[in-house]
Amino acid sequence: MTGSPMPAGRHRHLISAADLSRDEAVLILDTAAELASVAGRPIRKLPTLRGMTVVNLFFEDSTRTRTSFEAAAKRLSADVINFSARGSSVAKGESLKDTALTLEAMGADAVVVRHSASGAAHRLAGWVTGSVVNAGDGTHEHPTQALLDAFTMRQRLGAPDQRGGGLDGVRVTIVGDVLHSRVARSNVLLLATLGAEVTLVAPPTLMPYAVETWPCKASYDFDAELRKSDVVMMLRVQQERMTAAYFPSIREYSRRYGLDAGRMALLPEHAIVMHPGPMNRGVEIAAEVADSPRSTIVAQVSNGVIVRMAVLYLLLGGAAAAA
Amino acid sequence: MNGAGTARNGDGMAEEWLIKGARIAGADRVADIRLAGGVITGVGEDLSAPGARVLDAAGLVALPGLVDLHTHLREPGREDAETVETGTRGAALGGFTAVHAMANTEPAADTAGVVEQVWRLGQQAGYCDVRPVGAVTVGLGGRQLAELGAMADSAARVRVFSDDGNCVADPLLMLRALEYVKAFDGVIAQHAQEPRLTEGAQLNEGEVASRLGLAGWPAAAEEAIIARDCLLAAHVGSALHVCHVSTAGSVEIIRWAKSKGWQVTAEVTPHHLLLTDDLAAGYDPVFKVNPPLRTHADVAALRAALADGTIDCVATDHAPHPVEAKETEWAAAANGMTGLETALRVVHLAMVDTGLLDWAGVADRMSARPAAIGRVPGHGQPLRPGGPANLTLYDPAAPAEAVDPAAHASKSRNSPFAGMALPGQVHATFLRGTATVLDGKVTR
Ligand SMILES: [Zn+2]
Repeated sequence: MTGSPMPAGRHRHLISAADLSRDEAVLILDTAAELASVAGRPIRKLPTLRGMTVVNLFFEDSTRTRTSFEAAAKRLSADVINFSARGSSVAKGESLKDTALTLEAMGADAVVVRHSASGAAHRLAGWVTGSVVNAGDGTHEHPTQALLDAFTMRQRLGAPDQRGGGLDGVRVTIVGDVLHSRVARSNVLLLATLGAEVTLVAPPTLMPYAVETWPCKASYDFDAELRKSDVVMMLRVQQERMTAAYFPSIREYSRRYGLDAGRMALLPEHAIVMHPGPMNRGVEIAAEVADSPRSTIVAQVSNGVIVRMAVLYLLLGGAAAAA
Repeated sequence: MNGAGTARNGDGMAEEWLIKGARIAGADRVADIRLAGGVITGVGEDLSAPGARVLDAAGLVALPGLVDLHTHLREPGREDAETVETGTRGAALGGFTAVHAMANTEPAADTAGVVEQVWRLGQQAGYCDVRPVGAVTVGLGGRQLAELGAMADSAARVRVFSDDGNCVADPLLMLRALEYVKAFDGVIAQHAQEPRLTEGAQLNEGEVASRLGLAGWPAAAEEAIIARDCLLAAHVGSALHVCHVSTAGSVEIIRWAKSKGWQVTAEVTPHHLLLTDDLAAGYDPVFKVNPPLRTHADVAALRAALADGTIDCVATDHAPHPVEAKETEWAAAANGMTGLETALRVVHLAMVDTGLLDWAGVADRMSARPAAIGRVPGHGQPLRPGGPANLTLYDPAAPAEAVDPAAHASKSRNSPFAGMALPGQVHATFLRGTATVLDGKVTR
């Protein structure tokens, strides 16, 4: 986060997971844990952001992420405006700047933005006075996804009292189309900050250039990594990667890099299986794996709302208190 | 200006000038230069010229007028970004006396009619000689050769042909083009970019693009085309010019081709001599250009190659764009940077201040060599009596000043050097004996 009212006083936006120090990341997770205990009680709505406006600005369809942010903002009593810029008649390229000016006029306190272009959230932050939360920019980052993944890992693998703790020594294997994955980029950065040991697994064609400069390891051998994984995170692979010759066929991809029951059996007993969704059942993950007790996929969705509440609370809460 | 400012192209109505005490690049001495009738009438100590205007050039370096092999003037078609008049005014302010106008206009400069139109617009503007570049293929479409001979025979006397913006990717078409232009001493200037290897490419394929999630533009996509084209040029004994070389690997290939004695020449842009891909970290598309900014290692190799002559010359690839083309997310933004008004200062910083080139070297790489490659008559010649009075006076001691694109004559503001302190100042430019720039300002 870059710019003000986090208790740390440093941040106005959340654009990249790299912006978070360990203390800041842990604070978000702890705040989420606090909110989770509140959310369990009958009164599900907090007055924290009453009178503030959060705009969901989605240039790409993503019902699951948009509704997650919407629920998070509403539970904090913010006013939510869903602004779907997709299909608008504004010419591509002009739309982001023009939309930013519109949001300014509407007095948005926070803008949650999803865009197909890497760097869109970064650019937007230069054009609006409110906070910008990156809800996924192209193939760059998706920091709240990484935070909810880390929260889920800590919940499932951490010590009984997880408050204040990171993910030290947790071995996380992220598998699939790493090259085009904003989820992978944000996870690598955040998990390294929290002390986890990350290994990326992908066919060489889908491994990012200069991955050796990233704070993680990289491997082409899925089976070898499975045995030493506490967490396996499967990434969605898109059909169009095949037509661009990243791999020969979906079936071959699935055989080499898909997680089926046979591979799941190689995992240590305590290991969990994650997926950011939406899943291609039968491609990167077999249905019996997705539906197994190891799978945290449903928990990830509910944790998403809580973690996004924590992010909005920490970005805007200080401002609300001061007002 | 004695009314001489209305002179078209400086021809016939040239002013008389006595330039006192300039350091002549290449001659290694301080001398006076006398201009009359559009030619240099004297170079020596204590010259006199009654009636001539006197310019005190103490501390200034005299260079032959700069020649740019690669300028996008945008007219016809995109007069919102630049016109021949505004672009050449900027060129004169940058010390240029001749520029090559690239063919990717709307309509493309692929017929005698369009190249003559651009050539005439240049004459009317009168700031510098405009040499239109002809398209290699119809509409820069890469399918059918344009009427290269008609453009060569036109009033514009086209000698450089390029589909710049696009690569002539079809090897057969490239081979034929190289061979065909031999009939009129033409040269094919290639924008070397393998299209399939750069689909959707946004930034140099490297550590920075990978981290930023921007699709990579691999060095090999440039190098593969350069290697291929060198072989094709050698095969038919033709002249190949490589536009905007941007990688260390390209330098090695060109060095090898030259060692074979093949007719291969190359240019490098000022921005590739100074800037690197890490500038893209803030996603500001002012740093988006094609070929992309590369790494520090590439910059070092390009500088060394320009110094040792492997790369023949500096060419600006001046590519003006309206504000809205850059005020977007990175992927949606246009490629290109303005460069005419900063080129010499950037070369000063990157090449002279580093000891890689002296001013004689600058004169060679920014005037003599590009004029020779472009077959430009009357330009790029040493400052000698009898030679054409095309020259630039540059003040290398002017204190470094931050670049302010708003102050540029170009219609566009997309300078990647904005806010950067660059040394030196172009003090005056003369086109055939007529001052187009004096005291760092255009004369009209
Ligand atoms: Zn080009």
